[in-house]
Order: sequence, then structure tokens, then C-alpha cells
Amino acid sequence: MDHHPTNWGRPRNDTVDPYGTYPIHQRPTNVPKDAFAAGIQHTQQPIVTGTSVLGIKFKDGIMMAADNLASYGSLARFRDIQRLHPVGEHTVLGAGGDMSDFQYIQGILDELMIDEFAAGDGHTLGPAEVHNYLSELMYARRSKMNPLWNSLLVGGFKDGKRFLAYVDLLGTTYSASTLATGYGSHIAQPLLRRAVEGREDTLTEDEARKILEQSMQVLFYRDARSLDQYQIATITAKGVNISESRKLETSWSFAEGIRGYGAQTQ
Amino acid sequence: MFRNTYDSDNTVFSPQGRLHQVEYALEAVKQGSAAVGLRSKTHSILLALKRSTGELASYQQKMFRIDDHVGIAIAGLTSDARVLSNFMRQQAMSSKMIFNRPVPVNRLVSAIADKAQVNTQEYGRRPYGVGFLVIGQDQSGPHLYEFSPSGNSYEYYAMSIGARSQSAKTYLEKHYKSFDDCSLEDLVRHGLHALRETLQQDKELNVNNTSIGIIGPAGASETGVPPSGPFRILEGDKIEVFLQSMVPKEPEAPAAAPAAPAAAAAPAADEDVQMEG
Amino acid sequence: MQHSPSVHGQPQQRQFNPYSDNGGTILAIAGANFSVIAGDTRQSEGYNIQTRYAPKVFRLTDKAVLATNGFAADGNMFVKKVRQRLEWYRHAHAKDMPLRAIARLIQTMLYARRFFPYYVYNILGGIEEDGSGAVYSFDPVGSYEREACRAAGAASSLVQPFLDNQIYFRNQTPAPGTSHPAHLPLAHVLSLVIDSFTSATERHIEVGDGLEMYVVLAKGTTALQVQDLTAIAGVTELTTTDDGERLFVVRRNLKRD
Repeated sequence: MDHHPTNWGRPRNDTVDPYGTYPIHQRPTNVPKDAFAAGIQHTQQPIVTGTSVLGIKFKDGIMMAADNLASYGSLARFRDIQRLHPVGEHTVLGAGGDMSDFQYIQGILDELMIDEFAAGDGHTLGPAEVHNYLSELMYARRSKMNPLWNSLLVGGFKDGKRFLAYVDLLGTTYSASTLATGYGSHIAQPLLRRAVEGREDTLTEDEARKILEQSMQVLFYRDARSLDQYQIATITAKGVNISESRKLETSWSFAEGIRGYGAQTQ
Repeated sequence: MFRNTYDSDNTVFSPQGRLHQVEYALEAVKQGSAAVGLRSKTHSILLALKRSTGELASYQQKMFRIDDHVGIAIAGLTSDARVLSNFMRQQAMSSKMIFNRPVPVNRLVSAIADKAQVNTQEYGRRPYGVGFLVIGQDQSGPHLYEFSPSGNSYEYYAMSIGARSQSAKTYLEKHYKSFDDCSLEDLVRHGLHALRETLQQDKELNVNNTSIGIIGPAGASETGVPPSGPFRILEGDKIEVFLQSMVPKEPEAPAAAPAAPAAAAAPAADEDVQMEG
Repeated sequence: MQHSPSVHGQPQQRQFNPYSDNGGTILAIAGANFSVIAGDTRQSEGYNIQTRYAPKVFRLTDKAVLATNGFAADGNMFVKKVRQRLEWYRHAHAKDMPLRAIARLIQTMLYARRFFPYYVYNILGGIEEDGSGAVYSFDPVGSYEREACRAAGAASSLVQPFLDNQIYFRNQTPAPGTSHPAHLPLAHVLSLVIDSFTSATERHIEVGDGLEMYVVLAKGTTALQVQDLTAIAGVTELTTTDDGERLFVVRRNLKRD
């Protein structure tokens, strides 16, 4: 999936996995060796991984979706993992990439929110503050050459304002009315942009849910590391709501008609 | 000057249950020239009396900017104030860096109060010899706090600290109910009237010895203030217009003489203390 | 880096690459008593547009504006650190840092990371203490110089030659008995900047979506110059004080394809 012109026609470089979807197995190398390198170990590849997270703005807030799968390479290892995590009253964090790093981040944020609550002065951290904190954390870790191997979406609603932003293992951040991580950035993002851009202030909750359902369905058809079990988070003035796990309705009968899928008759 | 058996070490209680070193630190605050703070629905302001050691010397700095939304006025040891204000600036900066959020004013005040408390308890330390009035604004509007070296902090409608601050307090107590709806100009005039009460006989407030700190929208005479109304310190010619607005004091009636002991109670030594503000 | 025994029993190394390239282009031009600092607002990685609006041009003080281009995470962090230093300068001196001092500060901050650089090209624009418009350009490790104009980023190889021709009049011979002007008027500079970005958008896939153009006018700028500026579509004044330099931002759309 590397479309960059400089890489056209070259063999796939298996030491780089831009989507972080499978463990890369050890293989010989002829890269120069650092004499002191054996002394330190850092995370260099994700092991148990989650795939895409989607997030969109709608009339009353933010809606996010992520499936329940944590893969071990191409093995569908855990099928009941929650990848949408509430942070306080106004924020949801969604994660793709390494699930142990994600759980570590959850621990840090939970502690942070407890400290904030313990101050007991009415000041609370909203989605913008949580996102800024995470971007500092992710950037600090990448600068130590010891990244937290995730792509994260932070969505929330506080003081009448919607918030949706991205941060990843490099500390790169951005914000838009539709966001998608990993495979979703290729497959779902164009669909989301077509459905949402220019309609952020009129889309109802039901319409937003429909858009996410359809995008998750397309992802399940196309992304081999995805699952048809997923959850949807809604963050509005009423607070955070993360749905129970739900199942995508899919139909595979059309596949028989696709050349290259079934037995070829010609 | 030997005062007490239990005053050489601040970690030791006297039999009366007092920490003498802490109380002496509070005295250091009272030696410093006065500072006054007031609050309305829209503004928090500070006013302070600056001292100079003589004709040839400059005036001591009485106010420090901590961040766009926080400022302080001090009474006591200026050098201690610089250490503490630097700490406050670091706290404000770290909140901005980590959360991109202006630090809540109450947390800033609690942070220095906690620092001061440690100095009243641990062996080999001394309490800070300085008190602050802290003004700030956050989501819940303008605020005014007092910090003292004992480790206490309180929020106020109006407050004064430093030499003869009791006289200013008396003025503030008489008028504070009207402050809420005051315009900035009226609030500053009240502040100047209160500060005036702390002056020695035949001294006056002037453009050289007065500092005004403001948080809130620009006043009628101010120029170059952004709409967010960040903390600014007015000194020199800029405060002339406010000084002009003061109502001249009535000539001292003979009845005022009995009231004088309050002022006289403070040692008249405030001219010869060099380190304080 | 992870180091674990390979099948051959030798340690091996796999590098984590801490850098990325987020595309986009920035540009600044200095006039006699003004400075224009501009950048597009697209942020991309490879063929993905991450967002159509991510600012690359930042106001530092009332008279200094910094544009950053390259690896966006480094750029944002660098601007944050510069602002932090400017705040401490304000605490110490109760005034804003002058432009030439900010330029030197940026050079030392960049060079401090000589062996793990901020992967960012910076262009600093604004007004000097003598009231002249200025542009400083930097490489990622702090080498810098004051110039009349500079383009950096993805489309710099398209834009810079155009500026060399239009600002420095390279390969142009003046009519007999005339000479090329040392500084161009504001209206002319603004149209050069806008044309540069519309052209870069046409020819470079990583440039587009939006144009953000900051204009700093020195104290005592003529009403005529202000008129030149306010005649342009999408201009907003950001000046907060009424006795200093004036700061404007022009926001316009670029093609989104």
C-alpha cells in the first residue's frame, strides 16, 4: 500500500509497517550496529494491535466508532477489546495501534482525571486539554526514541463547543470535522468527508450514526484486520455515551460475482 | 533583642501552642509598605505604595506580572517575593505548556501556600518574609486572594496588607458592599482612598510612589489594552488621571486624634528598613 | 530501537523513524516598512490530506510572525518553545523581544538540537526596531540570514525562482536610464504572494486548501497602504493595541484538489 512515487517498482520494505497492523518478524540486517545498543530496549513495533478509529462532528457533538478486535499479526487474537475509552465527563479517547501502549495511556489519563477531581475546585479538564496533554506525552516519547505506538482520536464536547483531533506516535496533531486513523484514513475518510463536510451543524445524531455504520461496514469488507463487532461513542452536552458492542449487517453473496474471488468459470 | 525561649527554631511550639518564627514572619509583612486589593464584577485591581530609600534611589518594585491573567502585589521582603513569583510564573507556564490552559488562580495560590507551609514545619528552614495580594481572572470571573507566610490563603472582596494596612481595611470594610457594581474608575478611586489611609502624616500619593495593577477591560483613560483585559501595571504619568479623581481628604478634625493610635501602633521604623518592599 | 538476538545469534537493529514530512509551503517578503508572511493550510502525509486547515504561520508578538514548514509535530513544538522563551523575556524586561533578537534566539534554539534537529524550515518576518520590514530565513539547524524574500517547503523550488525574478529582478535588464526598485509597494507584494500560492497549488500536490497571509505594518504606515490591504478579500485586523505596529491576516481559499 505504498503509493509514493519514490517507492514505485521497489520491493516492499518489510522492516517498515506504516499501518502498524502486524508484527514484523526478525530477519537479518546489514545496517551498521551500535556497540552500546544491546543495553537498552525500546518498543520498536506494535504487537497486539487495533485497526481504524473513526470520528465525525455532528449537530450536537462528536460521534466516534471503533471495532472490538485486537489482532496479533494476522491472527484475530482478542475479539472483545474496547478501543473507545471515556476520559472524564466530556471526552472520549479512541485508539488504533498497540493495545498495551493504549492501556498504559488509559492508566495515565485515569490517574490524571482523579488528581483533577481531587482538587475539588470545579475546574475540569476538557477534550482540548486532554488532547494537548496527550500530544505532549506522545511527542516526548518519540523524542526519546521510545514511542507509544498508537494513532489516537480525541473527541469531546464542553462549554458548548465540539472538539475532535488526532495525535499519533510521532506527536503529529491535527483537527478536522472528520477524522480516521490507520486503514480508515484511506478507505473511510473520503466517505466521511463526502457525507459530513459542510453539514456539521445540521447532521442529526441518527444521521451521524448511519454515516459511521456505513463506513464501518465498508472497512469490514476491505480491511483484513477488522471485525464486524464495534462500538459507537457519542459525546454531547449530556455527556459521554459509549454503546454496547453491536454487530454489522453484511452480505457476501455479491462476492461470487467478483472475478478472482470464487472459482473462475472462464 | 531576645524575646522568647521558643523562637529560635520554627519547628518548635511554645508552651502556648505558638510558632514564634512564623509570627515574626508575619511581622515582616507588616513592615513592608501597604498594598490594597479590590474586586468588582468585571475587574480585580491592586494598588501599592512604593518606597524609596532616599532622593537618589529608585522606588522598590511592588507588583509582578505572573501571566496574562494573574498578577501580584507584595509586602515584606522583595527578594523572597522574587523567588515565589518566579515559582508562580513556572506553574503558570507549565499549565500553558501541558494543557494549553491558563492555570486556575486558586490553584496557583494554593501552590505557594503549600510551599510556605513546608517552611513552617521542616527543620533548618525559615518562613518566607513576604505576603501577597493575588488578583486573577478565570472562567468564574475576577478574583482576589491573600497569601501569607503562615501558609494560609483566603479569597476576599477587598483586602490590604503591609504597614498600617488596618486603616485601609477599615475604609474597605465601610465601602466593600458597593464595589461589585463599580466601574474601573470608581474601583481605583476607592482603592486610592484606602491606600491613602496607610500613609504617614503629611505624605501624599503621587505618580512616583503609587503602582496600580489591573485585570479586566480597559478603563476610559487606558490605551493599548487588548480586549481580553490582561494584567497590566500602571505607573508614572499613566496614573495621574486616577490620582486627580481622588476626593481630597477633609482637613484632620481634632476628633481624628484619638483614631491615630491605630496608625501609631505600627512602628515608625518603616523608613529605615532596607530590604523590604 | 529494538535489539534482540536474530536467528544468527547476533544483535540486530531496527530504526524507529522519528520524522515525517507534512508538506505545504511558506513564503515571506519584506517591504520598506512592512512584512508579509504567508503559508498554505494543508497538512498532508504522502498522498493523504490529514487536514485542510492546520496553521503554519504564527503570530509571536505584535511585530513578529513566524512561519514553520517541514515535520509538523516539530514545528508546533518549536513554536511553543519559542513562545515560552518570549514570555520569560517579557517577565524579565516588561516588553516584547525585538525582531533581530528573536532571530538570534531561534538560531541558538535550533542549533542546540544540532544532533537531533527540529526537522523544520523557519521563516521569521516582522518589523525591526528601526521600523524597517524584515525577513529572516533559517535552515533546520540554525544557519540564518536576513533577506528581502524567501520561500521554503514543498513548493519552494517552484516559488523561489519566481521571487528571484520578481523581487530581485534576476535576469531582467532595466530600461536604459532606469534602475530596479529596492523595495516593492505593498499592493504589488500582496499580489505576488497570492499568485505564488495559486501557482504552487496548481503544480504541487502537497499545496492547497487555504492561504493564510499575515501582514505587519510599521508604526505610522500611510492610510494609502492600509487601503491597499483592506481592499483585499478576506482580511481581518488583529491589532490589539492602538499605538504600535498594525497586524493583519488575510485568509483565502486555495483549490482543494
